[in-house]
Amino acid sequence: MTSSIERTTPAGSDRRTFLQRVALTGVALGPGGAFLASCATGGGDDDDEAEEAPSGDVSEDNPLGIPEDQPLEIYIFDGGFGDEYATEIHQPIFSERWPNVTIEHHAAVDIAGELQARFVAGDPPDFVNNSGDGQMDPGQLISDGLLYDLSELFDAPSWDDPNVTVRDTLLPGAIEAGTRNGTPYVLNYAFTVFGIWFNQTLLDENGWPVPTTWQEMMDVCADIAAAGIAPWVYQGVTAPRYMNWPLLSMATKLAGPEILVAIDNLEPGAWGHEAIKESAAAILSLRENNYFLPGVEAMEFRDAQGLWARGEAVFCPSGSWLENEEADAIAENPTFQLAMMPDPLLSPDSVMPLETVRATAGEPYVVPADAENPRAAMEYMRAMLSLEGARGFSEAVTSLTSVAGASEGVTIEAPGLASAQAALQAAGDNVINWYYPSWYGDMENPGIDQATGALLRAEITVDEWADRCEAVATEVREDDSIDKQNRES
Amino acid sequence: MRHGKYPFILAFLLPPVGIYAIYMLSPYVQAIYISLTDWSGLSATQTFIGFDNYVEMWNDDQLRTALRNNAILVLVVPILTLLLGLFFASMLNVGGRRRGAAVTGVRGSSIYQVVYFFPLVVSAPIIGIVFSYVFAPENAGGILNRLLGAVGLDSLQQLWLAEQNWLIWIVVIVMTWSFVGFYVVLFSAAMQSIPRDIYEAALLDGSSRFTTFRKVTVPLVWDTVQVGWVYMAIQAMDAFATVHIMLGINGGVEGAGDVLGVMMYREAFSSNDFGYAAAIGVLMLVLTMAVAMLFMRGLRRERVELA
Repeated sequence: MTSSIERTTPAGSDRRTFLQRVALTGVALGPGGAFLASCATGGGDDDDEAEEAPSGDVSEDNPLGIPEDQPLEIYIFDGGFGDEYATEIHQPIFSERWPNVTIEHHAAVDIAGELQARFVAGDPPDFVNNSGDGQMDPGQLISDGLLYDLSELFDAPSWDDPNVTVRDTLLPGAIEAGTRNGTPYVLNYAFTVFGIWFNQTLLDENGWPVPTTWQEMMDVCADIAAAGIAPWVYQGVTAPRYMNWPLLSMATKLAGPEILVAIDNLEPGAWGHEAIKESAAAILSLRENNYFLPGVEAMEFRDAQGLWARGEAVFCPSGSWLENEEADAIAENPTFQLAMMPDPLLSPDSVMPLETVRATAGEPYVVPADAENPRAAMEYMRAMLSLEGARGFSEAVTSLTSVAGASEGVTIEAPGLASAQAALQAAGDNVINWYYPSWYGDMENPGIDQATGALLRAEITVDEWADRCEAVATEVREDDSIDKQNRES
Repeated sequence: MRHGKYPFILAFLLPPVGIYAIYMLSPYVQAIYISLTDWSGLSATQTFIGFDNYVEMWNDDQLRTALRNNAILVLVVPILTLLLGLFFASMLNVGGRRRGAAVTGVRGSSIYQVVYFFPLVVSAPIIGIVFSYVFAPENAGGILNRLLGAVGLDSLQQLWLAEQNWLIWIVVIVMTWSFVGFYVVLFSAAMQSIPRDIYEAALLDGSSRFTTFRKVTVPLVWDTVQVGWVYMAIQAMDAFATVHIMLGINGGVEGAGDVLGVMMYREAFSSNDFGYAAAIGVLMLVLTMAVAMLFMRGLRRERVELA
């Protein structure tokens, strides 16, 4: 489980995590405050509001005006990326310029487990890599006013070139992914490319072409099935929503990015768009032709992906973390080669070209609003976004970053990621994304997730699927307790 | 001694009562208060919203599914476990006939006694993970489907975890499996304390094994059954670990295997709605107390004095 904002919560999240959370429920719902009067819900630390964050003099060398002698407390999520990229690459870059700022480094597997109580108490660390299974819902953090506004960071001059702002060094969409109502709160550092991942070895051995249209896809699937191999897997009972990614991407290529804007803005009828229904019908035809791995609808997602990596199936929808996630299964067979392809075109007269890919910045880093030293935390982010920092990260953890041009000249040895990088470059400006899963977590899962699961089991028709998705969207739209987001394009 | 009595008693009573108040009563009171707010679980502030969370519960279809599943668990798991537990325990202790001893366990009972206890020393998360592979599809390592295939019962093979109607019954089976061992041991202990001569008298009167079980064993261990029944009903109200691990945080396909405990966890940690989660918690508290009281009352029987 690495860099995606579209994380799967595995069915059996490990025992430690949930025991910690159970313990936290105990603490939060009924803590051992000294007396009955003391309360789980924290309560007044209004005096904090008046406190000014410490700062130093703003100068050319210190554009964010950080205090030069205050400590900086950092929490890094110790997951797929580990935490060495922080201690070995980013912190030396930062410390070289700010030798008197002591960095208190922490690594944590369960971020919420360690930090939720500190957020409630109004005493969070300065910098949090809010990621993994224990991620604290960023939308909720923002609407509760617990995150620091990062505008100053993005408007500050970049680490490498004082004439270019940090904003201008980033890939398109990188800041937007962490922006709510026009204010950037989250730095999404890693860049994830989504597409259909396939078994290159099997295609090559059998002379099957990489399909570019849905018709070709169906032809190749027929050949694969005839050879006794399952053409497709998806993430089983855990996360059928992964199939939404090719579904929505193909529909967008057919009809243009406006349909995604309508979906994200919860417009009535957005899910009933003809292009989306056509795409859903194409996905459903995989089930109708028995092109899915037998039993996949009852599998845990890692089992399904593992069978794919072991050559039991050819196509698998996912993001560029897949190669890391299935590294063990992939390593079992040295001849196994995987690659990513953009989702095929449903029709020759599609609005967007084949090369269009869905890509988004992920791996969130935040500065809590109640942080002791928020300016130094932003300075640390600025160091991360330096060319040296981004390159080092790409090399160390095999992931692309949000920094434009940082992966140029870096040889990516992982074949899957290399193909994803090539696909991203080929896409140029034709990069799409949708935000409703991060804006409205419950809408995506279980809402749309269950609808798509039923579609993939062929329990419902395409029209019923569209109606169910529409109902889920309506529920969010009409719930006044949910903060609504909006996108222009 | 007399004049210092009350300070002396108070000095001993205050610490335990204080600890009880802080760690037991105060959380209940706070949970009830939280259930009347929209607290997200992240912030230091929250808005009081009266009974909105309870109104929302009333209209929540998923809550109804969870309630139905909890009802199934509370009714079926204790009955299955008690029947199996009593049966196994009587087989181990009084079910056999051997020369020289009129009342004894079946052959090999000492081995079974240990084997039955195994599930109890395995922690709940491990049981959950193991059983999710018992019921997995065959190509993903599913043990049950493989067994069915091996004995030629291919027609009975199912994608167990993809079938909404099976989910809660799978949980019933797993929970019963993991509970039975403890009750076998509990009932065994109770049966050991039944005087042998009662059995001998029953035998002399020509009582069959089943009649002995029904008319002698069960009445004499009824107190223990009653305790076990209440305890198990409360355990079955929970079912959190089994469901969360086997079926996932959404309660499996279409949420069909959801239970209140998992729903509470999901609302608190996945949806960041501690207010609603606390309301579900209050509902669980009320239901658990109601179930415990019902079972206690319903099972009252006349006590048999053994001595």
